[in-house]
Amino acid sequence: MPTNKDAALRAINKPADLGPDLDLSQYSRNPRNWEPCPLSNLPKDVLERALEVGIASNKENRAASFFQIDHSVIFKAVQDAFENKVEIMSAKEALEKYDWLKDYWWKIVKVDADKYTALAELAWDQGYFIRILEDQQVTIPLQACLYISTDNLNQNVHNLIVAEPGSEAQIITGCTIHSGVRRGLHVGITEFYIKEDAKLAFSMIHNWAQNFDSRPRSGAIIEDDATFISNYMSLKPVKSIQMYPVAYCKGVNSRVRFNNIIYGSGNSYIDVGSKIILQNEGCRGEIISRAIATDKAQIYARGFLQGERGNTKAHLECRGLILSDEAIIYAVPELVSKVSGAELSHEAAIGKISEEQVQYLMARGFSKSEAESLIVRGFMDASTFGLPKDLEMEIQKTLDLTAERTL
Amino acid sequence: MARNILEIENLSVEVSGKRILDDVNLQIPNGEVHVLFGPNGSGKSSLIMTILGFPSFKIISGRIIFNGVDITDLPINERVNLGINVAFQNPPSIRGVKLGGILNRLTPDKEKINELLMKLKFPPEFLERDINLGFSGGEVKKSEVLQVLAHGGKFIILDEPDSGVDVMNLRILGGVIKEELQGRSALIITHLGVILQYINAHMAHVLINGTIACSDSPTKILGQILNEGYTWCEKCLRTRTQRCEL
Repeated sequence: MPTNKDAALRAINKPADLGPDLDLSQYSRNPRNWEPCPLSNLPKDVLERALEVGIASNKENRAASFFQIDHSVIFKAVQDAFENKVEIMSAKEALEKYDWLKDYWWKIVKVDADKYTALAELAWDQGYFIRILEDQQVTIPLQACLYISTDNLNQNVHNLIVAEPGSEAQIITGCTIHSGVRRGLHVGITEFYIKEDAKLAFSMIHNWAQNFDSRPRSGAIIEDDATFISNYMSLKPVKSIQMYPVAYCKGVNSRVRFNNIIYGSGNSYIDVGSKIILQNEGCRGEIISRAIATDKAQIYARGFLQGERGNTKAHLECRGLILSDEAIIYAVPELVSKVSGAELSHEAAIGKISEEQVQYLMARGFSKSEAESLIVRGFMDASTFGLPKDLEMEIQKTLDLTAERTL
Repeated sequence: MARNILEIENLSVEVSGKRILDDVNLQIPNGEVHVLFGPNGSGKSSLIMTILGFPSFKIISGRIIFNGVDITDLPINERVNLGINVAFQNPPSIRGVKLGGILNRLTPDKEKINELLMKLKFPPEFLERDINLGFSGGEVKKSEVLQVLAHGGKFIILDEPDSGVDVMNLRILGGVIKEELQGRSALIITHLGVILQYINAHMAHVLINGTIACSDSPTKILGQILNEGYTWCEKCLRTRTQRCEL
């Protein structure tokens, strides 16, 4: 039987279907060495960057934490109150501990999908395993931070998340880099298993740099009556991001929702989509995407809905705001229905800031630039995402700053 | 304080090269409430947009004096900050911009907002709603009147506060507007004059084909319009024009 390694070796030169093709040899595989330590002992600049992507160093605010810098896991712990409710550890440790995990590894994301998945197999640098135990309601969020401290580093993580039947949790994942890092490549594989009646809200925030590349590869399987919510935010410039996570609504009455907020500035090339495959009766899916492009940014906002069973329903809503004549937004909605009774719909609208809205706000005493920044800010409204309070406040702050800087 | 809160002198306006207001003259003395009548498309809303300074309404000639200050070339927000407040007929909805956020800008006085919400029978939940998004006709009117009254400027313009509102809500709006306009200066635009059941106005003007056809007491003009429709005013306008030509 061919191993994952064999498959990866065959795919290591295979370009991805989408996004600029990256030369993998241009990145360094020599990380800095970091020793394990409590989060509060990390350098202040690391903690500040982490906080911007929702990672709190105050452990009372998080049920469990995982922190990886470059290729080293420096912290992983479950808060006492949540012992025996959740597990958090490096994915390597988990694979050694649980033999059954091999049935979850590379089962949703294909190891030979492209050169980036292959790279994550052949040059695997940790990543996390999070498991919410059966029937456990975890009332405060779990967090995982993937941090890069070395310029031009390649970091390949493989994460696995299992929400056992009847469990409920929120996970925040922040991916960021040290302020001195200019270039690099982050490849992140994430496989989600949302079991019967479980509910998982996953919020991922990316903060990269103008010459940094990122290639996340994610997939989720959602079982009977389970719910998966994926929130994604990228507000800083980046060289290129390409990702197209897929959610399989496998169980009866399973639910999925993707919320994406993307702010492209500078020369960013951002190709982000979401796919929903409705595979059973009563499945519901929704994709809500907001894209803002300024400067010379190019944003591809994709959405793919596929109905494979009757009595299913999914909707895709993509709105784009263009703030510069040199920026581009492509909205690419795709609907595939393989049966009657799968109700799929989409709406896409791209435009500049509406003069009528600006004038209306000016008639309420706001200056032109205040009105425009209010509209941009409103466009990126994350209040409907249902985020944990402290994360929402952190994100609101970042969004406020982003909107202010815009104009 | 100037004698007139608003003076419009020989105002002619074009939109995309088309003349929409033609030599409009209008004075509203301080402390008076005036009414502006006119058939659909006569230029009533255009006059409001021009007073506010919306850029697509190009002033070809004439001046607008507000409280003694020539505002003809000021940007919208500066006019508003001088004290012109408009309740729009069809305001746009804006995603993510909350009614409460706009009100916070208009007044720091939270109690005043709460009091107006109560009087207007407008649930406080609306403060957390995206402005005008999914509001019914009556809710839009209440939100507009709320914003205008919260700011408390010197001069209030209400663009058709009575259109698209059911009888119950019209009564509420009429009552609040009447109370709040006591001793203040205002211009109220109305198509059929329904709002006049609630408000005592000092003077009415009729706008026909982009110009003021006549000005008289509100009851007299409303009576004529209800009896004869706007054809009466059109005749009146023709007579006046002929007189001018003589």
